Amino acid sequence: MNEFSSAIGAALSMIVTLDPGLVEIVLLSLRISLSAVIIASVFALPLGALIALQPFPGRRGVIVLLNALMGLPPVVVGLMVYLLLSRAGPLGPLGLLFTPTAMVIAQSIIVFPIIAALSRQTIADLHEEYDEHLRSIGCTPLQSVVTLIRDGRYRLLTGIMAGFGRAIAEVGAVLIVGGNIQHSTRVMTTTIALETSKGNLALALGLGLILVVLALGVNGTALVISDAAQRRYG
Amino acid sequence: MANGARPAEKREHPELAAANDHPLLPLVARQLRFGINGRRIIRNISFWIGSSGRTIILGPNGAGKTVLLRLCHGLIQPTSGQLSWGDLSVAEARAHQAMVPQRPVLLRRSVAGNVQHVLSVKRIPRKQRPELVAAALEQAGLTDLASRPARTLSGGQQQRLAIARACVLRPAVLLLDEPTTNLDPAAVRDVEEMILAVGAAGTKILMTTHDIAQARRLASDVMFLNDRRLLEHASAAEFFSSPKDPVAARFLDGELLG
Repeated sequence: MNEFSSAIGAALSMIVTLDPGLVEIVLLSLRISLSAVIIASVFALPLGALIALQPFPGRRGVIVLLNALMGLPPVVVGLMVYLLLSRAGPLGPLGLLFTPTAMVIAQSIIVFPIIAALSRQTIADLHEEYDEHLRSIGCTPLQSVVTLIRDGRYRLLTGIMAGFGRAIAEVGAVLIVGGNIQHSTRVMTTTIALETSKGNLALALGLGLILVVLALGVNGTALVISDAAQRRYG
Repeated sequence: MANGARPAEKREHPELAAANDHPLLPLVARQLRFGINGRRIIRNISFWIGSSGRTIILGPNGAGKTVLLRLCHGLIQPTSGQLSWGDLSVAEARAHQAMVPQRPVLLRRSVAGNVQHVLSVKRIPRKQRPELVAAALEQAGLTDLASRPARTLSGGQQQRLAIARACVLRPAVLLLDEPTTNLDPAAVRDVEEMILAVGAAGTKILMTTHDIAQARRLASDVMFLNDRRLLEHASAAEFFSSPKDPVAARFLDGELLG
């Protein structure tokens, strides 16, 4: 118990004094997860809108698949990306394994289905409501899409934040493809996992605290945004 | 009426005569039918509307009024039969029309933003937009609420905004589906005054209602629908004083048709 409380004390002092090692890890985590979410969004938002608005054979199947992929286990994604990027793999010559880029790739794959599925749902709901009005005033397909995205922007943002929450908190994929190399690919979750097993509780606890605050903060902000938008725009 | 019956119809009802200056009239329906999944919702309706006044589609709930209005606006396609607006097809005519459904869809934007959206969709030059928005809100009595989120308005205000938004570009035809259902009397009066003003400015009004008193207040001619059929089409004066159809007479007497 004494050891535990002294670890908490050390963790808090690391946070308060902005310990350089800790700050480096936090910044790298944010950089990787934000990049992954931005890259995934660039492809997932248009895909979600397309699936929502454009009927095609097999659409129901695609929607079911997309929703199921939201639960993709990060370790499996990590393994797949590892195989792709390992020296013997098809993308081996790029030399990306155990780099932050590999981690961004893995996390992009994890959050892509989340953002695509949530934005599809948002656009589809809004489309059902707006469709007749938009047809009545003679919207072109492009004008319809712009209208739907604009009016659904807060709900779309909530979906993107859900993706970020998932990326920042996952450990399996970044551990496999990043390798937890000091000063290079160490992020909060991998550090917590390894420092804990090494008995370095202070750093693990400090990062754990920051991670919890971040996760709660992101989810809380998402809730506040959607709630405020709901109250303001109905 | 089929084409051949037109002259007789005109003689009989001079108020149904075509207004030559109106681009979308006459509205002609020939043997219009609409069904969905084998259920017939409109049964063989033919009519000819030439007057540019206010045509009220009157009838009890479930008569097929909403479906008829949506057919006229081209939101749904008839199973068989023809519809045309002047020389234009229904699809071509839609650009010159505006429709306010029973529950208007207000965008998740401000009151002014809802009007602006139509203007941007119709590619009205940016410079002209503020003036048009201001005029529309003025007409709806919503100038002071311009920046309020549209969905926080009261029911009557929302309906007025929907009508103002529909009329901002002075459509040739305004289609209204039960525009005052669920409104209190004061709000009904406001909405009716707006409809009269829009009609007076030259827009043809085609409106459904189940409210006989409202039809009396607004109609220049009445189409009486019951059980998916058009039972009578006559000038308001004629329809309300001496309806020819026995079912229409019973409806006007306050009988509940089912």
